[in-house]
Amino acid sequence: MSNFDFSTTLGNAFFNTPIFTASGCASSGKELAQFFPLNEIGAVVTKSVMNKPRYGRPTPRMAETPSGMLNSIGLQGPGIDAFLAKDVPWLVEQKSRVIVSIAGETVEEYATLARKVRSVAGISALEVNISCPNVENRGLVFACDPEASRRVIDGVRKTIGGEIPIIAKLSPDVTNLPAIAQGVVEAGADCLALINTVLGMVINLDSMRPHLGGKTGGLSGPAIKPVAVRAIYQVHSALPQVPILGMGGVASGRDALELILAGASGVSVGTASFGNPHAVIDIQSELRELLITKGFPSLKSAIGYAHRQEEV
Amino acid sequence: MVKEVMSDINRGATHFNATVLANKRVGQYHQIVLGIGDLVKSCRPGNFVAIKVGGDSSKLILRRAFAISRVSESVSFGGTMELIVAPHGTGSKWLCSQSEGVELDIVAPLGTAFGIPTTPVNALLVGGGYGSAPLFGLAEVLKARGCKVDMLLGASIGAKIYAPMEGKRSVNSLKIYTEDGSMGELGRVTEPITRLVENGEVDVIYSCGPMGMLRAISEITNGTDVVHQCAVEEAMACGIGICMTCVLPVKDENGQIAMLRSCIDGPVMDGAQVQWQLVGQIPEVAP
Repeated sequence: MSNFDFSTTLGNAFFNTPIFTASGCASSGKELAQFFPLNEIGAVVTKSVMNKPRYGRPTPRMAETPSGMLNSIGLQGPGIDAFLAKDVPWLVEQKSRVIVSIAGETVEEYATLARKVRSVAGISALEVNISCPNVENRGLVFACDPEASRRVIDGVRKTIGGEIPIIAKLSPDVTNLPAIAQGVVEAGADCLALINTVLGMVINLDSMRPHLGGKTGGLSGPAIKPVAVRAIYQVHSALPQVPILGMGGVASGRDALELILAGASGVSVGTASFGNPHAVIDIQSELRELLITKGFPSLKSAIGYAHRQEEV
Repeated sequence: MVKEVMSDINRGATHFNATVLANKRVGQYHQIVLGIGDLVKSCRPGNFVAIKVGGDSSKLILRRAFAISRVSESVSFGGTMELIVAPHGTGSKWLCSQSEGVELDIVAPLGTAFGIPTTPVNALLVGGGYGSAPLFGLAEVLKARGCKVDMLLGASIGAKIYAPMEGKRSVNSLKIYTEDGSMGELGRVTEPITRLVENGEVDVIYSCGPMGMLRAISEITNGTDVVHQCAVEEAMACGIGICMTCVLPVKDENGQIAMLRSCIDGPVMDGAQVQWQLVGQIPEVAP
C-alpha cells in the first residue's frame, strides 16, 4: 500500500498525484482552499486567462441539463498581469503545483501570454486553451481548425524553449481529433488536454428563446464522460507516446480510472467541484484505492491499459 | 502591505451532513429545520446554504442555494438552521419531500451577511414573496441592537406572503401588500418606500426578494443618504465562487464596473453599487 507509486509526469513536469483541478472550474484556487489543502492534489490548473481583463458573456450563464450543465462564461478574468502578480504567488505560497491556462484571440496574443508566463517562477506547466467554445465567432475556436491550432502552438513553442511543458487543450467538436492532435504535437505541444466542453444549447420554454445570454454554451458533467473516454482512447491510439491530461465528466474515482485506462496520464476534475467542494480530493483517494484494489503497482502501469493486446 | 497568507473566501464554510429535524408546510412554502450543531455560531443573517438534492443516483448535479431564514440554539436540538423553501423546481420539490431524520449534504454558511449598524438606527426591512424569510432572523438581531425595525412584505397574491406569527413579534410594525389585494393592502410593496425615504423616517433598508423589487428600491434610495443592503438572486452553479456563472455588474469605489460573483461578493450587496440597468448585459468599455 505504502509503496504504491501514484506519481505521474506530463512532459518534463513531475506530479505527486495524477488528479488536478480543471481550468475554469477552480478559479485560481483560493475558493477551494477552505475545503482541502491545495498542495495535496497533483496540481491546480487555473482558469484560462487572457492578456487583458475581460468581462465575459452576459447572464444567464448557466443551465443545468440531465447529468450535466451548460456554461457560457466567456473567459471572464483579471488579465494576465494581475493574475501573475496576485494569484500565482499565492498558489506558490500554498506549496501547490500550478498549471497556468492561457487563452487568446490571436496567435500573437498566445505568444505574448506564454512569454509573460515564462518569466514567473513556480509554474509547472502551461495549458494552451485553444478550444474555449464561448467566443463570439466560432471561427475563432482554433482547435476546430488544424492549421490555426498548429499556428498557435508554434507561436507558443517559439516563446517557451522547453523550460515547462506545453499542454494543448483540444475540443471534441471536430471530425478528426487525432489529426488535430497530431498537428499540435508536430508544432511543439508536449502534452494534450482532452476534452474541453461540448457545444450545446438550451431553449427556455417561457421565453421560447435560447436560455443562455451567449445563446450557446459548453456542456460539461457526467453527460459528456463517454465523449471524453472516446476522445482520449482515439488519440492515445494514434499518439501513444504523447501524455494526455484527461477531463470530461469525472465525478468519482471509477470515472478517473476509466480515463486513465483509455490513455490519460493525469485527470482533471471540473464540474464535479461545483456540486461537491471536496470532489477533487475525494476522487483522488478513491482512485488510489481503486488502483491498489485492481492490483496495479503504480499509476503509470494503468495508463492506456485498455489498449493492451488481447490475451491469448 | 499585509501579506495574504490564507484566503478569506468561504472562510467558515463547512461541508457536512445535517439531519432534517422538521419539515412542515406553511402556506405555499415548506419550513425545513436542520440540525447543524456549533455551526450556528458562524451563520449570520444574509448567509446562504447550498444543498445537494435528488439523492445519489440523481441526474441533478448542482446544489441548490437557499437563504438561511434563521438559526437558533435549543437544549433539545442543539444548533438549528431554518429554511423557507418554495417547491417550484425539481430540486426544491425533492427537498420539500424529505422527512424528519433524513441526512442532507450541505455546505454552509456561504456568502456575505447583512451589515449590522453599531448604533441604533431606523431600519426598514422589505421582503418579496418568500424573500421575507431571512428578514425575520435579521429583525431579531437589529432589535437586540436597539434599532427600530419596520417591515414591508409584498407578493402577487396573499398565499405567497411568508409572515410567521412569532416573526411578527420581532418587528415594530408589519405591513403587507399584494398585487391582487387578497391580503393586506392592494398594491406593490415598493409604493410606500418613496414617502418613508422623503420623510427621513428610515436610515437603512434591508431587502430580499425578486431582482425587480431590489432594483426599484435602489432607484428610490439613489441620491439619498439611505443605505440599501439587498440580497440578490442570480442563477449559480457552485455557490462557492469557482464557476463564475452568478455574476452581476457592480461599480467599485473608483467607478470601475466589475462582474462580481453573487455567491462570494454577495448575496448581500450595496444596492447603490449594483448596476441594475446592466444586469444581463456586458458593460460597454473594457474594465
